[in-house]
Amino acid sequence: MSRTIDAGVSPTQTNTIPADISGQMLDLDEDDDLEVFSKDSTLADGNMFNASMLTSPGSMVNQCKFEEDEESDSKDIFITVDNPESHVTAIETFITYRVLTKTTRSEFDNSEYEVRRRYQDFLWLRGKLEDAHSTLIVHPLPEKFVVKGMVERFSGDFIETRRKALHKFLNRVADHPILSCSEDFKVFLSAQAWELTTYKKQGPGFLSRMGETVRAVANSVRGVKNRPEEFTAIQEYVEDFSNKIGSLDKVTQRIVKEQKEYLEELKEYGPTYTLWSGSEEELAEQLKGVAGCIERCCKETEEQVGHLSDTLVPVLHEYVLCAETLKAVLRRRDNIQAEFEAKNEALATKKVDRDALKEEIDKLEDRVEWANNALKGDWGRWQRSMRGDLKSAFLSTAEKNVDYYEKCLAVWETFLLSQRTEPSEETDRDNTP
Amino acid sequence: MMADSGSEEIAVIGNTDLTSAELENNIKNTMVEIEKWTSVLRKMEISVGEAEKRTGKNTVNMQEIYTVYLIETRPVDAVTEGIIPAPDSLWRRYSEFELLRNYLLVTYPFVVVAPLPEKRAEIVWHKLSADNMDPDFVERRRVGLENFLLRLASHPVLCNDKIFYIFLTEEKGWKEMVYETGFQAKADSRLKAMNAAFRVKNPDKRFTELKHYSDELQTVVSQLLRVRACRNSQNIKIEAAESKKLCKIFLQRVADRLYGVYKVHGNYGRVFSEWSAIEKEMGDGLQSAGHHMDAYAASVDDILEEEEHYADQLKEYLFYTEALRAVCRKHELTQFELEMAAQDLASKKQQKEELVTGTVRTFSLKGMTSKLFGQETAEQREVKLQVLEQQIEEGEEAVKEKNAESDEFVKTAWIDIEHFKDQKDRDLKEALISYAIMQISRCKKGIQVWTNAKECFNKM
Repeated sequence: MSRTIDAGVSPTQTNTIPADISGQMLDLDEDDDLEVFSKDSTLADGNMFNASMLTSPGSMVNQCKFEEDEESDSKDIFITVDNPESHVTAIETFITYRVLTKTTRSEFDNSEYEVRRRYQDFLWLRGKLEDAHSTLIVHPLPEKFVVKGMVERFSGDFIETRRKALHKFLNRVADHPILSCSEDFKVFLSAQAWELTTYKKQGPGFLSRMGETVRAVANSVRGVKNRPEEFTAIQEYVEDFSNKIGSLDKVTQRIVKEQKEYLEELKEYGPTYTLWSGSEEELAEQLKGVAGCIERCCKETEEQVGHLSDTLVPVLHEYVLCAETLKAVLRRRDNIQAEFEAKNEALATKKVDRDALKEEIDKLEDRVEWANNALKGDWGRWQRSMRGDLKSAFLSTAEKNVDYYEKCLAVWETFLLSQRTEPSEETDRDNTP
Repeated sequence: MMADSGSEEIAVIGNTDLTSAELENNIKNTMVEIEKWTSVLRKMEISVGEAEKRTGKNTVNMQEIYTVYLIETRPVDAVTEGIIPAPDSLWRRYSEFELLRNYLLVTYPFVVVAPLPEKRAEIVWHKLSADNMDPDFVERRRVGLENFLLRLASHPVLCNDKIFYIFLTEEKGWKEMVYETGFQAKADSRLKAMNAAFRVKNPDKRFTELKHYSDELQTVVSQLLRVRACRNSQNIKIEAAESKKLCKIFLQRVADRLYGVYKVHGNYGRVFSEWSAIEKEMGDGLQSAGHHMDAYAASVDDILEEEEHYADQLKEYLFYTEALRAVCRKHELTQFELEMAAQDLASKKQQKEELVTGTVRTFSLKGMTSKLFGQETAEQREVKLQVLEQQIEEGEEAVKEKNAESDEFVKTAWIDIEHFKDQKDRDLKEALISYAIMQISRCKKGIQVWTNAKECFNKM
């Protein structure tokens, strides 16, 4: 199902939660409660002072465009992250990346933007997006610092890996029907460095965030009592998925390690045949031939390992991080429900101002409903992306491996051809002289 | 073919070495035997079949378990007549093979005698206790022993040896027969001579080159075998390039790494299978891809077994280098003895001349004492002269003999070395080709597995 963005909607109202984000989602008709939603900003999951206000799904039904298949002809925003540069100040050294945006979206003043951003800025953006949409699945960022493997923070490989991950992150946000409408996102893409700094400073202060956190912790301690079955199912899946993807990540890294060690040995092996050829007369040419074959296979092996490291390893790692994100999203959803349940219980037991409490409870109930729908919608979307990403990565790996073996095959077949002057004589002979 | 009839014909007891006469005798005799044995040996099928465990008392009267190997022989003719008679067979243990080889080494010093497979399981698997009883080791040794016998049977000189023939055909009494040839004494003195330090002034250049070659070959093949990894023993390190030590620590690093790469893919199989259980759409694709990963992991076992066979072929030639060096050493020994004899003769002649002319050109204690204590009488001088002349005559005979011996050795040895070189070139050329074929097979398997996996991933 697709909906189009209403050009007249102001930026502040573009954070919508359509009832139906994924194809698997229930029809609006089925759920009468959705109609009850109002434009009350307290429905916002995050901070009340958030510039991005929320409107009811009901009124936003026709407002957000999304495509289930990300076809390029319907894509209206293109982002690239490239060109890492090192900056040295008195206090620190850091890397910035160029973020280039090309878009036809009307909420952007220009059609093209070029800004420089550092990792911290990405962290900020993601934080804002998660705050505003605590039960949407925001793609993870690459880790701050890779401890294992002892990768140098400024090594070429590390920077390149990070660059690719940052590129992916922004594109994921851009593809998301709700997240891409975020004002924070727009500012991130378009503001100059000093503008961004100013922008970052507005918004919730530290203390209000504290309050939010404390509430969240309190709720999580209480625990949720009546979690809907489907979320339990999702949670179980996420647990399993997290284990599996973690295993795959480890297995793949182990394969890379073994392959690299194999390569090291192979590099010594070939030259030994060359050395031997120096002592022989009749056999010299043949020995040199074998040495040459081994050397060429070495090169192919090197390429194959490189491909594995560049293609499969990062994707698996990304989804390890995704699993953690999913767990966090589920926790946050639980917290929202827990808070509602707590208040609901209070209504029954405590002697308080019932009317005021009832109103609060209603709002919380809406909030729960709304959070659930957001998550449900995004869940299907996430699963599709996951399947696509992993399928493509494994496919690419398998293709590369086929290619690797084909190339090595050609090397050895060529050698064999050059040796087989009298095929019948060779095949009949066995070890006995 | 009784034990006593053998001793007169072949070996001579008592001498520390074979004189040229003896050598000639041996060859003559074996030529005679050719009529008797050749027709049988050359047309004989030899195989080393099963292996069995036996218990018995060893030389210090302690109980031991050892393995015996079944040697089966059958004349080729019989088969071609359409009837396949049962083969003759007997059992031999490793130490008897060793005895045979030592006997041949001593009896035919000019021959590059084929090596035996390793004596002990020098490879350290996790099951450290059952070294020589490990079935894999026993099997590989069986193949090695068969190869050894076939090498002997196809050697132009060795195939005619009677002791060899009886080794193949008569189980009882063979050992006694070997000892009765008196080869043991020769073996001991040979060992002593081989290990002695001496300098040869004019060795035949070809032997010097051969020695260099055998050293180079040993280095290179050791390195190759070392670089080809040993599975399951990640922590064994190579200590020395010395061939004996190498056989003890047979490390193949490349194969070990390859094993690791393939086997880790088996984990994909397991995880894919588990993962497929929680996925709806991807489940089938993952599950079947997992099976291919398992197949990939399993395929390495066959691959490495084939490579093991290639390693065995290289190993044989590694061990051959020792036999080569033995022949070179023998030449040096012969040459040295010749030089010593010549030197001795020259010195005797010198003494005679001095005695005759009365001049003392070289310093000698006798000369000094005679100067100090007066000249000898004419009779004394005459006696001395006669002794010297006698010694000179004997010396000249000795030199002539040694010369002939040396020439004969060089001649026969070089024929055998050329024969060995041809064999080596043929065998190794073929081994390298089979290595290429193995790699091709491995690549083809890899292509198949990953193509299949790719199709499964496509269905995800």
